Amino acid sequence: MTGSSVSTTDLNSVRKVLSVNAPQSIAWRVFTENLGSWWPLHVYKIGKSPAVDAFVEPRVGGRWYERGEDGSDCQWGSVLTWEPPSRLVLSWDIDANWQYDPDLKTEIEIRFISESSDVTRVELEHRKLDRYGARREEMRRIFDTEGDWGRLLAMFAARAEGTAAN
Amino acid sequence: MLLAERTLDALGDPTRRLIFKRLKDGNKSVEEIARGLSVSRPAVSQHLKVLKTAGLAVVRVEGTRRIYAVDTRGLTALRGWLDGFWDKTLMAFKDAAEKEAARERERR
Repeated sequence: MTGSSVSTTDLNSVRKVLSVNAPQSIAWRVFTENLGSWWPLHVYKIGKSPAVDAFVEPRVGGRWYERGEDGSDCQWGSVLTWEPPSRLVLSWDIDANWQYDPDLKTEIEIRFISESSDVTRVELEHRKLDRYGARREEMRRIFDTEGDWGRLLAMFAARAEGTAAN
Repeated sequence: MLLAERTLDALGDPTRRLIFKRLKDGNKSVEEIARGLSVSRPAVSQHLKVLKTAGLAVVRVEGTRRIYAVDTRGLTALRGWLDGFWDKTLMAFKDAAEKEAARERERR
């Protein structure tokens, strides 16, 4: 992940790296045990009812899912690798229409790397995006950000220019 | 998504951008907002209505006056639309993990 990740753009994956001012054990715990406390459930959820919490079941084969305010659960995928406090692989089985499809199986690998007693580097890779088939690029743009920025600025420029010309 | 797109549309107009900028300095009446602008007061009211629909302006009634101020919802929606899925999610995670680490340090 270090170094050349930018030059070799893998169209089937999105990679993110961030530095978190927290010990590895806490980073792991917050990610896995307190998922519902930070996941942007108001934006990223799939159930019909508003989501109020989210969970990762702490074992290989466990589910990760959101809980709606009506008590219903909506699964996002499964735990593929469970190696506390350093490595977690989850499947993301939400299709391009934001519906659960247990056969989709894109993968999210999250590594928690201890840089010091108070700093953890978190590396995330969302891969196997080719499983979105024809909609891979669209989904890659959603998971990544640059595409959206570029599109927004282009849209904004076009609108602003159109308005100025009137 | 809809709110973010309405927000973009609303800010695509130069007069509305100017009006929105004026709202940033605090609560203003239509008269105050229109001062010095080359558009009529009804036109300013119309622009304010669009800003309101786009989640960029809020209005409250004080006696006979309508007072306008910035509404942050439109900007928040725009921000959410801009950030990619993982950028937004990981930033939220970083924030939560760092808060938890700070709480833990206090406990020690």
